[in-house]
Amino acid sequence: MIAIVDYDAGNLHSVGKAVETVGLRARTTARPADLESADAVILPGVGAFAPCMARLAERGFVAPLCAYLAADRPFLGICLGLQMLFEWGEEGPGAPGLGFFPGRVARIDAPGRAIPQIGWNALRMARATPLFEGIPDGEYFYFVHSFHARPARADDLVASVPYGESVTAAVARGRVHAVQFHPEKSSAAGLRLFRNFGRLAARPA
Amino acid sequence: MLARRIIACLDIDGGRVVKSVRFVDTAPIGDPVELCRRYDAEGIDELVFYDISASAEGRRTTLETVAATAAHAFIPLTVGGGVGSVDQMRALLRAGADKVSVNSAAVADPGLIAAGADRFGSQCIVLSIDARRVPGAQRWEVVTHGGRRTTGRDAVAWAAEGQRLGAGELVLNSIDADGTRAGYDVAWCREVAARVSIPIVASGGAGSPDDFVRVLTEGRADAALAASVFHRGELSVAALKAHLAGRGVPVRPVARLAAEAP
Repeated sequence: MIAIVDYDAGNLHSVGKAVETVGLRARTTARPADLESADAVILPGVGAFAPCMARLAERGFVAPLCAYLAADRPFLGICLGLQMLFEWGEEGPGAPGLGFFPGRVARIDAPGRAIPQIGWNALRMARATPLFEGIPDGEYFYFVHSFHARPARADDLVASVPYGESVTAAVARGRVHAVQFHPEKSSAAGLRLFRNFGRLAARPA
Repeated sequence: MLARRIIACLDIDGGRVVKSVRFVDTAPIGDPVELCRRYDAEGIDELVFYDISASAEGRRTTLETVAATAAHAFIPLTVGGGVGSVDQMRALLRAGADKVSVNSAAVADPGLIAAGADRFGSQCIVLSIDARRVPGAQRWEVVTHGGRRTTGRDAVAWAAEGQRLGAGELVLNSIDADGTRAGYDVAWCREVAARVSIPIVASGGAGSPDDFVRVLTEGRADAALAASVFHRGELSVAALKAHLAGRGVPVRPVARLAAEAP
């Protein structure tokens, strides 16, 4: 069973349906205790950094999520669910994140281009991970965001897209994976990614 | 590179797609879920539902249609048409819409844009603008209620105001061009593009593949929306994208990965 973290931050419906479509079992949960028994965890998120972190904290998810990540268990963060894995988000007044990946989340620096970045952009893979198995370099995924993570450790970066600067599209360490784009809105390529996540979650550590 | 987007718009009334809707060599299809799946498989980048339901019952049915579509078509979905309150926005977003668009209600009460952006984030709020060109001038006037009411508002200034209030995207619908198939209003798009930094979707007037090329290059639009040319099968999404790629317009290629079985 995959636990989809429900903290009132966006569209869980589409993520759940995409996961089910590729034959995986998933349940949305607002109970932090459910992380312990889950086979894998998906952390979605839409909105602004500080309010999302505040809602995670209100619902008691911060310490259980940090423990889950530290144990190198199967994890997929999506959009803000990627950004919150970093140490600090500069959006609004600024706020601390979960701090699993060293680095900050900053506004996209793309003079002369539309912000937010809305639309399909082609990934440039920095390294291979099981999450992107069978997905060719240059595949398009759907992005909607104004901020992006700047990993302090180059090894954490998995993929980027060109948008003014090199914008972080995916990061990973061990079995903790996260993507800035929305696989649940990325058609066949996105479904392939969810299928890959199901496979990597089923493998022994 | 960020691809220019091709968007199909479907008019929905009481859970059914209205107008003559068909793909090449097939019978008319009124089921929005089935149509959206087909458009997804054909390579459309985004879908828009325009709710023309006049009754409260029809609007409730639209919510069910949005939920069913979001469960089967995994591409972005915007819903608009008669959205006039934050509660309506919330209901549509909860049902599975990724964005909601506001039009006439935002002209009457611009605070609606800010209220929606504050609550749900700018990325969810699309300002859709209907406008006519002022005869003999390089100016455009905002109109509402499908073009039946004039407002006296400048349509370039209103676009900039929409961005200031928190809209994350603009749809520029030319009432002059709508239904003519003589091309988008490229000049209006250019004027707005020079004033705003948020993405612009051109709407109204799509006829030939070169109409798309022009508005996405000269018009500086980020996306182009069309309805009848797709629904009637006069233009396939794949052929259009091949044409755009051939003219150097960056587009997402169709079906690089085999479609996943449901």
